Amino acid sequence: MRFLVMVKATKDSEAGVMPSEKLLADMGKFNEELVKAGVMLAAEGLQQSSKGARVRFSGSQRTVVDGPFTETKELVAGFWLWQVKSKEEAIEWVKRCPNPHEGDSEIEIRQVLDISDWGELTPELQKMKDRRENFAKQSKK
Amino acid sequence: MASPESHRAIDAIWHIESPRIIAALARVTGDVGLAEDFAQDALVAALERWPETGVPDNPAAWLMAAAKNRAIDHLRRGRRVERAHGEIGRDLEAERERAVADLDAALDDDIGDDLLRLVFTSCHPVLSREARVALTLRLLGGLTTAEIARAYLVPEATIAQRLVRAKRTLADARVPFEVPRGPDRDARLSSVLEVLYLIFNEGYAATAGDDWMRPQLCEEALRLGRILATLAPSEREVHGLVALMEIQASRTKARIGPRGEPVLLLDQDRGRWDHLLIGRGLAALARAEALGGRGPYALPAAIAACHARARTAGETDWARIAALYGDLAGAAPSPVVELNRAVAVAMADGPAAGLALVDALAGEPALADYHLLPSVRGDLLAKLGRPDEAREEFERAAALAANRRERELLLARAAACRAPGRGAGQGP
Repeated sequence: MRFLVMVKATKDSEAGVMPSEKLLADMGKFNEELVKAGVMLAAEGLQQSSKGARVRFSGSQRTVVDGPFTETKELVAGFWLWQVKSKEEAIEWVKRCPNPHEGDSEIEIRQVLDISDWGELTPELQKMKDRRENFAKQSKK
Repeated sequence: MASPESHRAIDAIWHIESPRIIAALARVTGDVGLAEDFAQDALVAALERWPETGVPDNPAAWLMAAAKNRAIDHLRRGRRVERAHGEIGRDLEAERERAVADLDAALDDDIGDDLLRLVFTSCHPVLSREARVALTLRLLGGLTTAEIARAYLVPEATIAQRLVRAKRTLADARVPFEVPRGPDRDARLSSVLEVLYLIFNEGYAATAGDDWMRPQLCEEALRLGRILATLAPSEREVHGLVALMEIQASRTKARIGPRGEPVLLLDQDRGRWDHLLIGRGLAALARAEALGGRGPYALPAAIAACHARARTAGETDWARIAALYGDLAGAAPSPVVELNRAVAVAMADGPAAGLALVDALAGEPALADYHLLPSVRGDLLAKLGRPDEAREEFERAAALAANRRERELLLARAAACRAPGRGAGQGP
């Protein structure tokens, strides 16, 4: 399963302050570990929200709102996409991440919706599954 | 009593750490079975302790230290037993002491080489294919016996026995824990790649509604392939295999229709392809090709990439695909590859050119019962406006097809050939 792992913004990241050399090196090492473990699918850091925009929808109307946005803690400063076996594994990897900012920071973990998460099986799919399993059992005999 | 949450957390840590622990211990003990036992002991210790003490700050180091202590106990106990029997030789004792010292050094070293040794050992040709697959999933994938059994739809006891036998076979054959060098290496590497691709295909063959553990095999094979690419970055076919798996996996969502029916490549909604995986696959293919990779995985990956690059089915570069199948036929001649080449040639140069190649395969014993041969021939004949011959071929194909859905489709095409001047329907 995949997880989107988001580093939340801080005042500094929103002000465009670059991370220290040490943090960059530590983060580089952590990213290397993720690659070596076959976990990393993608990773990007984001520019501050003042360089972004939002498009608000209301019925058929669209309104563009330019950044910056004020609710700093809810903003995203960077993200990874990971492939892991469970949420617990994603949590375990996040615990090993260096603190992404000076001082207090937060990383949010969200599971990516997958083909297997589309609710309960329809009767048709359930039947197919039973057939496959029976077939597999018989062919193993 | 341990909470389910802390058990799940320990499972997660185990999945991350166990291959490294087993690999490091196997270097020192020279026996993967023993190494796995010690690692298991460490897991049991964690399951006993952590729910009460909490998960330590550095769980990886904790597990490694626990496993190491078990290994040292084992080495020392061996020595005491020998001393008691009065059979101890000085050399042997010195060797044991060195082993304990080595163990410390090994566990501090970069684990990469040990992991690569573990990959080669788990996929050793002395083992049956089934055993290699099970051992790889267990030792490198960190999957439990129960998980492997679920994925392969067999009883847990079957997998457990397979693993026990595999470890015994490795010990009995005194398979050294090493990365093969020299002339042996290519054959040994092919065995590794074959195992990963077998695991991938087992998962890829699963359909919507199957147990979630089966598709999980695709993810596991991909993960192991990506790890292998970092461990052996100069091996072009490793990148070829990763490219092939990434691109095939990119079609997972598109290859099954809303009613669970298979959707053929050219009919797939390309918007549902996973473009992240395509990008990763193309990058891996570029690495393989930069190293000169034109082998049994890099070539199919290059063919898959032709499809992945086409924004619509109509934009597919069939001439290039036909040429790549030609290369593949040269590298690993096979009538199935030749049949695929015929399809590509028909798409590139017209049905008559394809039919000439298909006809050349007519007496091929390997294809005697292969329903796709008459199916392809029927399709080309229909396109050439020869419906009577096409109908015969579709009927022959239907009689050979094992899958009911496929049989129905072929019979429908045969019936369509009866309608005057018709039959040139969908491609194969």
